[in-house]
Amino acid sequence: MNIVVLVKQVPDSGADRNLRNDDNTVDRGSANNVINEMDEYAIEEALKIKEAHGGEVTILTMGPDRATESIRKALSMGPDKAVHVVDDALHGSCAVATSKVLAAALGQLNADLVICGAESTDGRVQVMPHMIAERLGVAALTGARKLTVDGGTLTVERQTEEGYEVITAATPAVVSVWDTINEPRYPSFKGIMAAKKKPVQTLSLADLGVAPTEVGFDGATSAVVEHSKRPPRSGGAKITDEGEGGVKLVEFLATEKFV
Amino acid sequence: MTAPLDLLDLDPSLTEEERQIRDVVRQLIDDRVRPHVADWYEEGRVPARELAREFGKLGLLGMHLTGYGCAGASAVAYGLACQELEAGDSGVRSLVSVQGSLAMYAIWRYGSEEQKQRWLPSMATGEAIGCFGLTEPDHGSDPASMATRARRDGDDWVLTGGKMWITNAPIADVGVIWARTDEGVRGFAVPMDTPGVTAREIHRKMSLRASVTGEIVLDDVRLPADAQLPEAVGLKAPLSCLTEARYGIVWGSVGAARDCLETALAYATTRTQFGRPLAGFQLTQAKLADMAVELVKGQLLALHLGRLADAGRLKPEQVSVGKLNNVREALAIARQCRTILGANGVSGEYPVMRHANNLESVLTYEGTSEIHQLVVGQRLTGVSAFA
Ligand SMILES: Cc1cc2nc3c(=O)[nH]c(=O)nc-3n(C[C@@H](O)[C@H](O)[C@H](O)COP(=O)(O)OP(=O)(O)OC[C@H]3O[C@@H](n4cnc5c(N)ncnc54)[C@H](O)[C@@H]3O)c2cc1C
Ligand SMILES: Cc1cc2nc3c(=O)[nH]c(=O)nc-3n(C[C@H](O)[C@H](O)[C@H](O)COP(=O)(O)OP(=O)(O)OC[C@H]3O[C@@H](n4cnc5c(N)ncnc54)[C@H](O)[C@@H]3O)c2cc1C
Repeated sequence: MNIVVLVKQVPDSGADRNLRNDDNTVDRGSANNVINEMDEYAIEEALKIKEAHGGEVTILTMGPDRATESIRKALSMGPDKAVHVVDDALHGSCAVATSKVLAAALGQLNADLVICGAESTDGRVQVMPHMIAERLGVAALTGARKLTVDGGTLTVERQTEEGYEVITAATPAVVSVWDTINEPRYPSFKGIMAAKKKPVQTLSLADLGVAPTEVGFDGATSAVVEHSKRPPRSGGAKITDEGEGGVKLVEFLATEKFV
Repeated sequence: MTAPLDLLDLDPSLTEEERQIRDVVRQLIDDRVRPHVADWYEEGRVPARELAREFGKLGLLGMHLTGYGCAGASAVAYGLACQELEAGDSGVRSLVSVQGSLAMYAIWRYGSEEQKQRWLPSMATGEAIGCFGLTEPDHGSDPASMATRARRDGDDWVLTGGKMWITNAPIADVGVIWARTDEGVRGFAVPMDTPGVTAREIHRKMSLRASVTGEIVLDDVRLPADAQLPEAVGLKAPLSCLTEARYGIVWGSVGAARDCLETALAYATTRTQFGRPLAGFQLTQAKLADMAVELVKGQLLALHLGRLADAGRLKPEQVSVGKLNNVREALAIARQCRTILGANGVSGEYPVMRHANNLESVLTYEGTSEIHQLVVGQRLTGVSAFA
């Protein structure tokens, strides 16, 4: 099975994250950039399928030059090769444009199965799998907590608020996964050392036949007009119980309009 | 090298591969060691086999060796891994040192092809655990006078004697045992289930409690001829293994110190006395500054030795410089950090006292500080003052 995993480089969600003041995009320059956490689960799932059924696993990333570090990290877990879409014109791309570019790249990769994270920690829009599936004209099995492959049939347990739904589809298809699906492996030292030698193909917009005007700020279907920093957390009120603590608590909740 | 403590910005001197190896070991230690190590320490036991398998999966065991399932990483990468392991616990680092640098290295460097095939692949995965028996009850710093004997009996060898303070001995599958023969010191790969071999655990240790230590009794242990390591001739063979392991300690001890300093730094900035954080007192800042300076010096020294090792130019006396300085300073840092934590400094809820106690063992094993002073002294003066 030919599997492509979508991997996005994002600013570490454990650290302070910012938007740039000049163009309102995510500040990737000063951030510690890592693999979008959910995508590690996507990689693990792809590797497990390859181990059980054979085939090949390819990483596909759209991102700036420095995303190569995350690509190497992804490859160190075990995938065979990577494709990196990098082009200055991509800066400022919206989700719609991103899906166009990724779908164009997927068009050259002949995947039986595309696996991605259910959401990214910087965008958090959860739209990529749907948009890509739509563009490719294939099924979208989203929000999986379990994936079974039986020949050309995929069965997914789709996580919902109440429980899960079972959905099936034929390949080719796009599957997005939650972090409940598996336990991603640590990259082994051999994997880390082998990743250096694995092929990483870079593709420009021209290689994909996508015009620069269709992406970036020019092609954005929506724009971030303004942003401001979250106000600093205020001290909060501390209620010491000196007999009337309960009353004070209720008063507090009432003035804050919680009750 | 966590950001505020990386005063000299050493991170960019590492390759991307080295940083990735460091980061994955740090992650593994955060996930699998940190949450449990205080309990292991208090109870004086450690799930060594489980850890060995986890470490094997990653490629930590014999990571600087090539072939036979070993990762073949650089000396610097190995050092960085030791730093992260020992930031977790010196006992956990000891498990990896003894397996990779002592037992596996001895077989890899001095063993026959059959011995390598038999032991190394399963030791690399952590399925088989090794130990290294040099020290004896009556012969520690002076192994040349060892009493354990190996005599020929037909084609066989028969071993008699005892080894003391042997890390992993009670759980080991194979022991690399050093013994005196008529031709001088020789090494043997001894399956620990051979009749006549017994390994008892040493209890009541106040240091390195998350590590298994034992005593080995060798009572007329009969071994086939092919148990002897053919390339190991004389005492320089086990000493070369110790140089390998000491190199790991040069890095490891810095890891323990870093963990102490990170803890003390965090504590000093949050704990308030006399209306201000401890970090706001000049006396505390002087301590923190002096410790951070020693820490980065130790890291620089380790990195320098690592680059020498990767260039094939590392000399044993240079490793002695590193072991002497870094363990001594790490212990000083651990003790100083303990003072900053006040009463909490003696608690197992914080890692500091555990590290300090561990470093007492690290100061003694793999050549005591005094022995390394004598090595450096001999190099400087040309005069041996050992005996
Ligand atoms: C209204 C709007 C305006 C935006 N404006 C800007 C802007 O001005 N400037 C700007 O920089 N960004 C902007 N963005 C962010 C934009 O770049 C996309 O949201 C983002 O690239 C798409 O992915 P996501 O992470 O949000 O998608 P999600 O659907 O949350 O991601 C799901 C999965 O898709 C895959 N994936 C997502 N992106 C990639 C990728 N690049 N390569 C490989 N796999 C990927 C991953 O597997 C990921 O786990 C905007 C987004 C929106 C919704
Ligand atoms: C937890 C732990 C694990 C260990 N694991 C192993 C293992 O796996 N394998 C193994 O073989 N050994 C192991 N050892 C043993 C360790 O290597 C020895 O303890 C060490 O070599 C010192 O020997 P000793 O304890 O007999 O001390 P001694 O040699 O008796 O030394 C006592 C003191 O005298 C000093 N001294 C000795 N000779 C001189 C001299 N010429 N000049 C000046 N001072 C001198 C020493 O520096 C020391 O301060 C371990 C020890 C510990 C504590």
